[in-house]
Amino acid sequence: MADPTRIRASMQGDKVLVRVLMTHEMESGQRKDAEGRIIPAHFIREVSVRHNGRPVLAAQWGPAVSKNPFLQFAFAGGKPGDKLQVSWVDSKGDTRTDETTIS
Amino acid sequence: MREVAGSNPASATINASMTFHRRTILKLSGAATLASMAGALRPRAAPAQGWNQTAFGGKTLDDIVKALGGSGYTPTKAVSWGATPDIAENGAAVQVSITSALPKTEAIAVVIEKNPGPLAAQFDVPSGTEPAIVTRFKMAQTSNVHAVVKADGKYYVSTREIRVTFGGCG
Repeated sequence: MADPTRIRASMQGDKVLVRVLMTHEMESGQRKDAEGRIIPAHFIREVSVRHNGRPVLAAQWGPAVSKNPFLQFAFAGGKPGDKLQVSWVDSKGDTRTDETTIS
Repeated sequence: MREVAGSNPASATINASMTFHRRTILKLSGAATLASMAGALRPRAAPAQGWNQTAFGGKTLDDIVKALGGSGYTPTKAVSWGATPDIAENGAAVQVSITSALPKTEAIAVVIEKNPGPLAAQFDVPSGTEPAIVTRFKMAQTSNVHAVVKADGKYYVSTREIRVTFGGCG
């Protein structure tokens, strides 16, 4: 259901700089619709980033992370051509995994 | 996993005794329905995926640090906030950048004091990964933002106030 996650992973010196833009509503559960009913919370709860299968970052998120979440970090030990995988699970149990190649 | 374990004994009982009366079976399935309803109404304390419900439900920094596994925390100056703004014009997306200079940083959490749910995010940083993260958050109003860093088993906190000129509770 969810749109693809955009992932960029590029070498910065000896580190891999990772920038991720996920597509998700990140509904906080605080907002109300036109009739005043609360729009139920729906947000990404868990994110994991793996480099050739090895976890390089794991996150737990609450509904305060912005809509279409952005995430940037860097790790050592990667080289161009390696695979980088980003997965998430949201509060409804929906999940998505996308993969990119380090450049 | 607990759900699976919980349902096993019930089905085992039914399987073991094919001579069960219909009423007994109805009673059993009724109990199962009640149990699942209770589960739906009251979110589980520890979902299978490991999302820390207690920490995300915590209202104060002390509660959250405790729920994350710390017994207390020390203020630190070894955290830099990079390009994090002092004043955010749009509370719907405040880009927060946190870098820890503490040796053996294992985890970084972001707590936005005046948000309805103060714990915004928690990151596990394995060795080999830079103890630095950049993410965008929603901020309901001007608030202190705490970076909670777990380093070498201890918890450290660095605080910065971010002023929000236009709230983003959505």
